[in-house]
Amino acid sequence: MEGHSHHKESFVSKYIFTHDHKMISKQFLITAIVMGVTGVTMSVLFRLQLGWPGESFVILETFLGKWAPGGVLDRNAYLALVTIHGTIMVFFVLTAGLSGTFSNLLIPLQIGARDMASGFLNMLSYWFFAISCVIMIFSLFVEGGAASAGWTVYPPLSALPQAMPGSGMGMTLWLLSMTLFVVSSLLGSLNYIVTIINLRTKGLSMTRLPLTIWAFLITAIVGVLSFPVLVSAVVLLMMDRMMGTAFFLSDIFIGGEALDATGGSPILYQHLFWFLGHPEVYIVLLPALGISSEVISTNSRKPIFGYKAMIGSMMAIGFLSFIVWAHHMFVTGMNPFLGSVFVFTTLLIAIPSAVKAFNYITTLWKGNIRFTPAMLFSIALVSTFLTGGLTGIILADSALDVTVHDTYFVVGHFHIVMGLSAIFGMFSGVYHWFSKMFGRMMNTKMGYAHFWITLVCGYGVFFPMHFVGLAGAPRRYYDSSHFDFLDKVMDLQPIISTFAIIGSLAQLIFLFNFFYSIFRGQKAVQNPWKANTLEWTTPVEHIHGNWPGALPEVHRWAYDYSNPAHDEDFVLQTTPLKDGEVAH
Amino acid sequence: MKLLILLVIVVGVIAVAQLAKIYQLSARLRGHREEEISEADTKLQGSLWIVFMFVFFGMTIWQFVRYGDYLPPSASLHGKSVDTLMNYNLALIIFVFFVVNTLLFVFAYKYRYNKNRKAKFFPHDTRLELIWTVIPSIVLAVIIIYGLQTWTVMTGPASADAIRIELYSKQFDWTARYSGDNDEFGATDFNLITSSNPLGIVTQEGIDAALVKIDGKISKLNNELKSEKGHLLAEKKELESALHGGEHSHGDHDNHEISAEKKAHLTNRLQLIDDVLESGKTTILSEAAYEAKSDKVYRLERHRQRILELSSYELGRGIDPWSVGKDDKIVKGEFHIPLGREIEFVFRSRDVIHSALMPHFRAQMNTVPGLPTRFKVTPVITTDSMRTILDDPNFNYILLCNKICGSAHFNMKMDIVVDTEAEYDEWLNNQKVYISEKN
Ligand code: HEM
Ligand SMILES: [Cu+2]
Ligand SMILES: [Cu+2]
Repeated sequence: MEGHSHHKESFVSKYIFTHDHKMISKQFLITAIVMGVTGVTMSVLFRLQLGWPGESFVILETFLGKWAPGGVLDRNAYLALVTIHGTIMVFFVLTAGLSGTFSNLLIPLQIGARDMASGFLNMLSYWFFAISCVIMIFSLFVEGGAASAGWTVYPPLSALPQAMPGSGMGMTLWLLSMTLFVVSSLLGSLNYIVTIINLRTKGLSMTRLPLTIWAFLITAIVGVLSFPVLVSAVVLLMMDRMMGTAFFLSDIFIGGEALDATGGSPILYQHLFWFLGHPEVYIVLLPALGISSEVISTNSRKPIFGYKAMIGSMMAIGFLSFIVWAHHMFVTGMNPFLGSVFVFTTLLIAIPSAVKAFNYITTLWKGNIRFTPAMLFSIALVSTFLTGGLTGIILADSALDVTVHDTYFVVGHFHIVMGLSAIFGMFSGVYHWFSKMFGRMMNTKMGYAHFWITLVCGYGVFFPMHFVGLAGAPRRYYDSSHFDFLDKVMDLQPIISTFAIIGSLAQLIFLFNFFYSIFRGQKAVQNPWKANTLEWTTPVEHIHGNWPGALPEVHRWAYDYSNPAHDEDFVLQTTPLKDGEVAH
Repeated sequence: MKLLILLVIVVGVIAVAQLAKIYQLSARLRGHREEEISEADTKLQGSLWIVFMFVFFGMTIWQFVRYGDYLPPSASLHGKSVDTLMNYNLALIIFVFFVVNTLLFVFAYKYRYNKNRKAKFFPHDTRLELIWTVIPSIVLAVIIIYGLQTWTVMTGPASADAIRIELYSKQFDWTARYSGDNDEFGATDFNLITSSNPLGIVTQEGIDAALVKIDGKISKLNNELKSEKGHLLAEKKELESALHGGEHSHGDHDNHEISAEKKAHLTNRLQLIDDVLESGKTTILSEAAYEAKSDKVYRLERHRQRILELSSYELGRGIDPWSVGKDDKIVKGEFHIPLGREIEFVFRSRDVIHSALMPHFRAQMNTVPGLPTRFKVTPVITTDSMRTILDDPNFNYILLCNKICGSAHFNMKMDIVVDTEAEYDEWLNNQKVYISEKN
């Protein structure tokens, strides 16, 4: 690897088709921020309709034009917005944005490598992602509007253009975009796995790795094993749409016509989708847990409690996530006994999850906690992971899921456990490693304001949804106000929407802080958080190959914080063992 | 409300502007480094966790008080055990929620930074880790066992004397079907669906009617296609050049004379085309429309073929399977069920997946095209009693669609009425029979 070439790079090779993992990481982050702003804006637009159904809002017409005639959101546009919002948030922000940013930034830096195993594949991974983003956004503007069948795009609804306007061109583009997305994800994941396995620096055994790297590794493995199954579902669905096959269709009469298709099963699609779909929620969550492990340990000035148990529980979660998928399908008419099996496997996941939550809390116990914005977000992540995981127990109990499946209860559950946790992990990572990315510091005070408003609004939006759902309000309803039996909980809707509006405005603080600090932030020192890991031994200014001289050599694990054998409350991984000191 | 939104936006913008100013100021405070958290900040952030905890827990309790009775008592038998199960589970998770969140927030506050203290080096403790692996396992085992007992009972086979009712979904409404005097549903086939046979019940009458309808459609389309002006003109040109082909041809390729018989045939056809063109009864279609319509004809012909291939089968007991459906009763708007009897719902769907959600009965099941599904319910509270319980004379049980199914998904509903058995019998007697024997 030519780490020290000094020839001047052109703008294109430095900022656009770059092979440098640090730059690619920034590309992912900025793209994810753009997509995130889009996704959040969409949610505010449809929350207006849900909070105050049928009211006219000028802002809706300004933003959406003919989709909101007279300032009232059109019902098809509502479904399109919900669908694209879900897709963007789950895949583009929390999968590619989170893994793409932090796996790329941290893997080489924390394992002491000059770059990823293949810089070229890494570049391809970003550009496939970028193209799929463009196609997804473009699909909003085609005839019939964007895909509208929900982010899970179940056929027959998604297979038949005559079933809804969004199932025409918009759906074709959705499927195309997702295919490219999966290519990007696979290229990225393979690269991460190979890099972690092969390029660790001298002395860095697997059991000395920071938990971030463990999390990225397990995430990448889960991704490589599950995303191809989504592609198969997408390809079969494409064929049903365009070539007259009937994998997912049978006995359908629609638009005044009996279709030819017989013998397919719409339920088959759901099995394929959720075989990715459930692991996907952990693909989203594990990197966030990795980040918070690192941030919590560093800022508690304490070793992460139960390092090996943390790795073990992540592996268990990764493995179990492959055998729980049908808990999304308890009411599809599948054999009740099969349902029972999935109840069992699903509830098993709660055990490693509980272990993780308790280990985090024990890490805080008798720590010396520095409230950096990153730390605040990580503490909040533990709270949301716990709260959301608990409601998962209700959903996993098939007898109870019958009453709350596809209601707002589910929306509350997965937004807290996946949405908030992963977003908090992402914010935590940005605040923590901002100086590694841009050589400057973000403003702490603004970080505080951003954090508290986000936390309060996050819970303010998603916690009350559980009650709306328990009362029987279905999700993906354009308007629930015409049901008398829901009157009791409908006064929660405007409250939820108000929190949503305030919460999304609070993100302006973050955006301002982020972009302002890139250019004007305080210049960073090399190791601002006094952390142990290798990335803090690189110079503040980015260079190709990361370390100016030889690669660092590692002598200890990543968590020697407040080790009584040392005076300082941190010990860099590169510090040799003292005489008589035993490696952890 | 608009005002409120506006206010929120304005406040937000002002807040950001203010914060930007604070930023400038703090940046000017020389010597301050962003990574150094001042004692004052540590104290403030620590206390905020405690404040947050009280607000959060307070709001949670308030929501439970205000919304805790989110649904009226279960109107179905299995729903009562579901509710009990739900209450135990809720109690458990609420307990864990409070305890663990409290630990988290209190630790955050209690162990906030103090430069004179060093954190405890405490990397692991096998005993502790074992405790919080084993205890959740035991608790989860109990949850699983209890949950699966309830699940097994509620999804078990329906009893022999259960009343079967079919619920049929389509974009965007529900239809109920009762099996009539013979207690047997007529077979159905999606190819037979017409406006007069919305469920596609198989009867000889239904087949005949469907065929008539399809033939009508096919011949109408064929007429349109046959008299399409552009195509007629093109064909005319072709015919003419074929007829006069011999005279105009040069070259060495052998151009044999067309036979007289064929010539007569062509002339006939030409005459026919001229007639149509002169009559002015032509249609004008774009190439795409022409193509679409001929496609449609092909599809209809295949549809027709499928109907012709429907073949009867032996049902035994001396019953003609194609007559069974005649006494079925098809009900729209609202449907009735009797108190205290087990009902087995059979769900079918015409177009896309829908889901039958009956919140008051704690029941839900997807309806899947091509795949009948089932769910059994025993009503235990009549609509009248529930109205008394809730003190709401307008109350009605409801069936909702709970799987996204298109633009009017949110409006796909049907009322359910639970009657006493006598009322139910009377109501059912008054429902129309699908094909009455009289005509
Ligand atoms: C203790 C752990 C968990 C349990 C027992 C659990 C259980 C469930 C169940 C049974 C459902 C299906 C509910 C339904 O559709 O009716 C569900 C939905 C969902 N869960 Fe979880 N879950 C857990 C943790 C997570 C985590 C960690 C994530 C994300 C990182 C997550 C994300 C989701 C999502 C996105 C859905 C919604 C899927 C949809 O659109 O229907 N869950 N969960
Ligand atoms: Cu799942
Ligand atoms: Cu529906």
